Amino acid sequence: MMKFLKRAYLGIIFLFLYTPIVVLIAFSFNSSKSRGQWGGFTLKWYLDMLGDRQIREALVFTIVIAVLSTVLSTVFGTVAAIGVHNLGRVSKTAVLNLNNLPVLNPDIITGVALMTLFISTGLPLGPVAMLIAHIVFSTPYVILAVLPKLRQMNRYTAEAAMDLGATPAMALRKVILPEISPGIISGALMAFTMSIDDFVISFFTAGTDATNLSILIYSMAKRGVKPSINALSTVMFAVVVILLLIINKRSDKGEELLL
Amino acid sequence: MRLLAWPYVGWMAVFVVVPLLLVLVYSFTSGDIHDVSTWQFTADNFARFNEPTYLKVMGDSFVLATASTSICLLLGYPVAMIIARADIRYRNLLLMFFLVPMWMNFLLRTYAWMSLLSPNGLINRGLQALGLPILEIMPGPWAVLLGMVYNFLPFMVLPIYTVLSKIEKPLLEASSDLGANKFLTFWKVIFPLSIPGVVSGITMVFMPAVSTFVISSLLGGSKTLLIGDVIEQQFTYERNWHFGSSLSIILMIIILLSMAVMSRIDRKPAEGGRAV
Amino acid sequence: MGKTLIELKNLTKSYSGNRVVDNITLSIRENEFMTLLGPSGCGKTTTLRMIGGFEDPDSGSILFEGHDLLPVPPYKRNINTVFQRYALFPHMNVFENIAFGLRIKKIGKSEIAERVAKMLRLVDLDDFGKRNVDSLSGGQQQRVAIARALVNQPKVLLLDEPLGALDLKLRKEMQIELLDMQRSVGITFIYVTHDQEEALTMSDTVVVMNQGVIQQVGTPVDIYNEPINRFVADFIGESNIMEAVMPEDRVVVFDETTFSCVDTGFAPGEEVDVVIRPEDIRITVDPADGQLQGTVTSVVFKGVHYEMLIETKHREYLVQRTMMFPEGSRVGMNIQPADIQVMKKGDR
Repeated sequence: MMKFLKRAYLGIIFLFLYTPIVVLIAFSFNSSKSRGQWGGFTLKWYLDMLGDRQIREALVFTIVIAVLSTVLSTVFGTVAAIGVHNLGRVSKTAVLNLNNLPVLNPDIITGVALMTLFISTGLPLGPVAMLIAHIVFSTPYVILAVLPKLRQMNRYTAEAAMDLGATPAMALRKVILPEISPGIISGALMAFTMSIDDFVISFFTAGTDATNLSILIYSMAKRGVKPSINALSTVMFAVVVILLLIINKRSDKGEELLL
Repeated sequence: MRLLAWPYVGWMAVFVVVPLLLVLVYSFTSGDIHDVSTWQFTADNFARFNEPTYLKVMGDSFVLATASTSICLLLGYPVAMIIARADIRYRNLLLMFFLVPMWMNFLLRTYAWMSLLSPNGLINRGLQALGLPILEIMPGPWAVLLGMVYNFLPFMVLPIYTVLSKIEKPLLEASSDLGANKFLTFWKVIFPLSIPGVVSGITMVFMPAVSTFVISSLLGGSKTLLIGDVIEQQFTYERNWHFGSSLSIILMIIILLSMAVMSRIDRKPAEGGRAV
Repeated sequence: MGKTLIELKNLTKSYSGNRVVDNITLSIRENEFMTLLGPSGCGKTTTLRMIGGFEDPDSGSILFEGHDLLPVPPYKRNINTVFQRYALFPHMNVFENIAFGLRIKKIGKSEIAERVAKMLRLVDLDDFGKRNVDSLSGGQQQRVAIARALVNQPKVLLLDEPLGALDLKLRKEMQIELLDMQRSVGITFIYVTHDQEEALTMSDTVVVMNQGVIQQVGTPVDIYNEPINRFVADFIGESNIMEAVMPEDRVVVFDETTFSCVDTGFAPGEEVDVVIRPEDIRITVDPADGQLQGTVTSVVFKGVHYEMLIETKHREYLVQRTMMFPEGSRVGMNIQPADIQVMKKGDR
């Protein structure tokens, strides 16, 4: 009985979570352009998506920003984490509190604050401003992902490496980096997904000539989203789900990556 | 090695601290935003909150955020509990199923609700087909509430799940051994131990809910104006950064206060100091 | 010792086709200190958990004072458990942990305070009521766990490797304290351990288990002196075990030597196992005086005695004597008939 209730409850919650997803995917195969009508099955929007310049540019822009901000914030964050790890207790707490500010601040505050900064200092809103903004909000997460790995690391391994003749730089490359690499990877994954997903901060720093996918979708949402956007999202969603399934199959660590 | 931390500290000072200070300065001044010489110190920006329009905005934001947080807690706690108690073979899979929808773009998911809830959307057609009265909640506060619950539910479930899955089974056996049935074991052992997860879930839902402008502008229309909407308007169309900044400061204060309340609850209830 | 309190009848439990407990039958009397002893995975903990109600047997039954215990959920059994690593509630202080069971039973405040205080005194933690449980040392947590169980005045206390997490010295102290407590509260203890010394020191009855099957049940002295088979002999203490033949009653042959012994009842010419404890082998200076002859190959000083390995034509003997024979010396060895324990082969 209890078991049945549990299943029914989870079923209802999953129905709630998946209905919009199913609707979006259905729209992407709907030959009628109106979102209320079912006009029959079509792959037309998938072809349109490939030919649509606006969508293509937004997609490329989103990916370029995501890749650049991931690479830069991962390197920056890892280096900073090693520094923070070696700080004394008081300054460490201070830096970590500072690091938490963009994590705990609502996106809209971070967005308007950065917009204010850029305009006040004369840096034009646009791709560069947006890239800086993405690095600002991603780096703290990289640090938060790398720090625990540094803490778990045996303090003496680096010393042992140097005792055996490695220079500090070699010890870093050969001993420290390999040991903290799981943290770096999960930090990078977080930075990437946060950048791809971000709308609010991008919105305030984009100005008029930088349009990523989220901004494009937001501007379309009130008038009606092009079905080809649904097609694109369906493809992206399918890629993510397939990747997740592979990870889950291959290791029980799927959970960690997912979070 | 510790030198490696300083470039980051400099970066944070420029891109995190300075912008927030700028917002603070804007909130206490008035004048042409592009011409500093016209600026004057004033508290008028904050005085505007006494206007009925903005009192309603604040009230609506707070009520909607509180309501969506409570609903997420009520819906999410059992979900976290069921997943955490599920057979270990299915646990990761269930969790994954629960999180997969988050990989669809947030705006699109909200947009999908627009289509579902619209007067001639799928839900209303279903209701009509059954001969039931149609739901006209979109645009409006109920649709915003639904959108908040939909988007933020995982933020409630995850921290609670994490805490629940860490409760060691022997603790539950000990409780049962000492005479507590399932209900008492939940009430006296499981729930108190899950409070840190509940607290962080509440914070993680309340914060985006009280500050959102996307959900309210897509699902709420002009009828539902939240703090986030007003901030967005002031910084974009209205170009009144001074007032927008004061709204941002108020928003931060609301969040800081709620986090302070939460961290009080989070304290261990056991009296007496730790000896070590 | 009192009348029978718990009876296990043909208990069997498997996990994914693997029999952890295999057809166990055992009875436990009132006020008995019974120890289930065996290597890890022998089924001792599973047996205990079935008595506590945390596992259901696949078949068989458990009777408590003659009544079927299986349909009774753990929270209604008049049995309490001291868990491995204690399982203290981290969100409650020492007092609240101990009071937990009483609060569940809705006992009045003043009575709770009184009974908890009494327990704190019993486990020697009088002033610790308000302390946080994770500020306590392992030994103190251990005692809170015992107090938390005993305050409910159970008829039976189950203890699952309760001293496993403590260091050697503390473990020895706690063994004595536990024994004192059991005597003073006068209830049945069922104790699980893999430490043979602990089992021999504390128990009225030792149950040796291996691979889900009971090997031998007896007093510590019985188990030590008269192990029933090779496994028990090997598991309890150090011993010399060898294959032998019994041509007739009271005569056993091994290492091409005939010994007299005290065992009877074997078929003529039956193949058997023989166990001889290292302290029961006497050494003679003149090899010719011994029943067996060998060379000392190693000598280790152990404090009370010397432990020597003596190599004969057939095998190496472990011998413990207070007198030392230098390495390389030729010696003889004698064994008294009563010190030769003959065991049936192949019964597990």
